[in-house]
Amino acid sequence: MFDIDRWGEIFESIKNNKLRTVLSGFTIAFAILLFTLLFGIGNGLKNTFEKEFAGDSMLSIYIRSGQTTIPYKGLQSGRKVQLKNDDYRFLLDEFDDKMQSISPRIQKSVKAVYKGEQNVYQLRAVYPSYLTLESAKVESGRFLNMFDLKGRSKVIAIGRLVEKDLFGQLSALGKEINLGGISYKVIGTFSDPGGDNDERYIYAPFTTIQRLYGNTDEVGAFGITYNPKLSVDEALAFSDVMEKKLKEKHSISPKDQSAIRIDNYAEGNKQVSMMMLVLNIIIFFIGIGTLIAGIIGISNIMVYIVKERTKELGIRKALGATPKSIIAMILMESIFITALSGYVGLLIGSTILKLLGDSLEKYFILNPSVNSGVVIGATIMLIIAGTIAGYLPAKKAAKIKPIVALRDD
Amino acid sequence: MIKIEKLHKSYPIGKKDFLHVLKGIDLHIKEGEFVSIMGSSGSGKSTLLNIVGLLDEHDEGSYYLNKQKIERLDEKKAAILRNKFLGFVFQSFNLISYKTALENVALPLYYKGVSRKERQETALKYLDKVGLKDWAKHLPNELSGGQKQRVAIARALVANPKVVLADEPTGALDSTTTDSVMELLTAINDEGMTVFVITHEQEVADQTDRIVTLKDGIIISDEITEKGKKTRHYV
Repeated sequence: MFDIDRWGEIFESIKNNKLRTVLSGFTIAFAILLFTLLFGIGNGLKNTFEKEFAGDSMLSIYIRSGQTTIPYKGLQSGRKVQLKNDDYRFLLDEFDDKMQSISPRIQKSVKAVYKGEQNVYQLRAVYPSYLTLESAKVESGRFLNMFDLKGRSKVIAIGRLVEKDLFGQLSALGKEINLGGISYKVIGTFSDPGGDNDERYIYAPFTTIQRLYGNTDEVGAFGITYNPKLSVDEALAFSDVMEKKLKEKHSISPKDQSAIRIDNYAEGNKQVSMMMLVLNIIIFFIGIGTLIAGIIGISNIMVYIVKERTKELGIRKALGATPKSIIAMILMESIFITALSGYVGLLIGSTILKLLGDSLEKYFILNPSVNSGVVIGATIMLIIAGTIAGYLPAKKAAKIKPIVALRDD
Repeated sequence: MIKIEKLHKSYPIGKKDFLHVLKGIDLHIKEGEFVSIMGSSGSGKSTLLNIVGLLDEHDEGSYYLNKQKIERLDEKKAAILRNKFLGFVFQSFNLISYKTALENVALPLYYKGVSRKERQETALKYLDKVGLKDWAKHLPNELSGGQKQRVAIARALVANPKVVLADEPTGALDSTTTDSVMELLTAINDEGMTVFVITHEQEVADQTDRIVTLKDGIIISDEITEKGKKTRHYV
């Protein structure tokens, strides 16, 4: 395999038969090009799906409460169920290992005033971990931290669009905004892939708001991200258990659908990943199909090459070439042409995908691309393909009888 | 060097018939001889050369090459023996068209497993011997017929074989180049190489030491030529 002389022979034979090499390479290059484009477009579709869900973490679970609809344990229906601070501790005690983060939340509308500008926004009182839940990204300054919560500081992190509304082009960092009559200092701004609404939130420390508004231990909702190690099915099982325990704790009938509502994004994820799986399978089969066509094409050309080189191979055999060395020569030539031209196809394909970029976004194709795993896989495929394509012709070449090959016609 | 006893060979024609080409050949060629096989086409001389050259197998009888009995050879063994013992010269030269003269000459050494540098040096030495050192970098289509045949002779000699087998070596050449090629073969023979020529030209055969004439698959005559009578083998 690493015999330098044999490679020399192969390069020479390729160099001296350029047209033949280009023709045989073209089939494979084209097959790989198609495969790469298909794969890239498939990835683009996948990216679009993922973006649709990107507003929030894929691992999100939300818990909200409402009114009971079924009488249970002597309690009447229509009772309002209220989540409280002790539910936070309860969830932490019961499910710490299943959760990546948990944050209580109180949400209310507030009027925000800065100098002459004013607007109504949703104020969310949360824990620092809420940032991951929203998949939001800090753009300037920082998000809330535990010291803000401990000290019940009057600080806020505002969405990019809140800053734009109230401050125009200026930075909001360090400025004081008046929310419903109380002054808060802006400690940071954030962006959110979820869109405009998500970028118009104002976040304040949970403890501050709970104390300032009503001074109770009431919680509006809980936002949880589940442990990424859990599979989708495990995550769904986790939220089912959580629902059951919470209902038990609040004396709610297990059949009550509205008193405690748990929203698990895993459910949606499961459907999307099913769809992506099907899409991937389709792409895989189309890709394999094109590749097989390419292999047959190159095999055809190798048969022709062997035919064309019958005389040369006969001479080589008369001079002492063993059948093994003839097979190795043809096979390695085939593998080399296949791998090289396949790589050219891959390169052209990924360049096209790069050039396309986001220009196909309106067709639900976002950032189509192939990753390095696919490239490595395709390379291995190509070497196997080259072997398959070259094997039969090489076998045929080895069977050439020198007397037949050298007969003068 | 070559010892053939009661050699038979037939080829199938259609499903039932056989063409009996060689009908019991007995031939003994000693080391250093310069022998020609004569015969019209269809006499079986090419078949004999193919068998001697390990390019084809015989049906009956026995064949010893360099005291080694040749039987049931698989392709690999035949290839190794060809590389080791035999050098071929063909009527149509059979040079590889996309290789230079030097590369063509060096090819048998490649299959012998000789290092690249040594191959180049040895090949150049043999090209020099046939007077074509200056043409080493030329492709076959840049050479004349006589030059091509001399390249082929250099290639036949390069692996230092025991026997040079020449199949109508002058068949595609004019009379001047024919003479120079025969002179070259004679010079090689003078150095001790066994040379085995197949031809249908009397003038060519006359320049060898011994003429074996085939007709219809049997040897009809086996004579020492005038030239042969002067050489050491037949004194």
